[in-house]
Amino acid sequence: MKVAVLSGKGGSGKTLASVNLAAAAGKATYVDCDVEEPNGHLFFKPVVQDVQNVTVKIPQIQHSLCDGCRKCVEFCKFNALAYIGEKVMVFDEVCHACGGCTLVCPQNAIIEIERNIGQIQDGVAGDVRVLTGILNPGEAAGVPVIRKLLKIYDDSPVTFIDCPPGSACSVMESIQDADYCLLVAEPTIFGLHNVKMVHQLVTLFGKPHGMILNKCLEGENPSEIYANNEQIPVLGKIPFDPRLGDINARGKIAVYEDHEMNQLFTDILSRVQEVVMDEAAFNPQR
Amino acid sequence: MKIAIPADDRSMDTVVCPSFGRSPYYLIYDSKVNEPIFIENKAAGSQGGAGIQAAQILVDQKVQAVLTPRCGKNAADVLKAAGIKLYKSRKVSLKENLEACIAGQLELLEDIHPGYHKHGGR
Repeated sequence: MKVAVLSGKGGSGKTLASVNLAAAAGKATYVDCDVEEPNGHLFFKPVVQDVQNVTVKIPQIQHSLCDGCRKCVEFCKFNALAYIGEKVMVFDEVCHACGGCTLVCPQNAIIEIERNIGQIQDGVAGDVRVLTGILNPGEAAGVPVIRKLLKIYDDSPVTFIDCPPGSACSVMESIQDADYCLLVAEPTIFGLHNVKMVHQLVTLFGKPHGMILNKCLEGENPSEIYANNEQIPVLGKIPFDPRLGDINARGKIAVYEDHEMNQLFTDILSRVQEVVMDEAAFNPQR
Repeated sequence: MKIAIPADDRSMDTVVCPSFGRSPYYLIYDSKVNEPIFIENKAAGSQGGAGIQAAQILVDQKVQAVLTPRCGKNAADVLKAAGIKLYKSRKVSLKENLEACIAGQLELLEDIHPGYHKHGGR
């Protein structure tokens, strides 16, 4: 069972939820797809057993074959190419490695070379396997790291995918193969706005989904009202509790530190497992 | 000499646009013609790499000098590869900047920033 944890807004508690759910599951895999700033490893402190480099293919111009038609420069939607002084210049870090320029070149003057953009760390922390995607600072796109990360063979009974914030390409890549999507929501208008966006996304992808309400306080919770109106099952409520903040700030995992938190995440986990099993029974084609 | 200045508006009285790559227009002044023209910056709305494309436009216009308050690394690389000189513009109108440049009063732009989108300047 693969569960993607997403929120739209950063700082809503994706990592808190996915780290603690993986810890509560015992034998599990935690995959950090937030490759621009992976931080799940700060809590698990895994022993890294394997490191793989992630590369993309970027263009290299064979200047002797180039006749200066500029088709490649005009084609590149990311403006990674310029034609200056009768030579094509390539801006490696702006390139999204789509390979289009090599296809449109009538002279076959463009070959592709490998460029390292990040790495994947495969480690263990107790019973939890920790897979971390790391995008090198300054790189434009993390999708290739996420793609490779989610292709790694994983035979855990349960896998939690900690998604990047937002609702764009990198999030879509992260939830593609998920059996279930967990939306982590804050009780704020801003948090709700972004949760609505990821809710649209998971609906578009036809993913079964539920919500965790984080930072719950007394009084009205706009995210809870939204969940009720949209009939999104609420699988758990995490209180706005200074103890939790303290445990987090010390880089500890709440499930291991605090009995109440352990109970809370164990309950959420069993609800997720129930829903996913129901889904599998009713929609076996998934 | 052919000079380009990023401009917020198509007027000699407007001030220099603070963004080189996403400036809506460029003033192109050719001393041989002595008639300023304004061109639209097709790169202004680019998703990314606006500075690169904007610089390409000015290279294709065959300008020899660009007056700008600042410039990103990628755009500066393009302009420099084409042998275009970068001068630091002043907080006055396009007209006054142009006059200052022609009189040789402007300094070369030295501080090239690494870009605002973390793509350049390693």
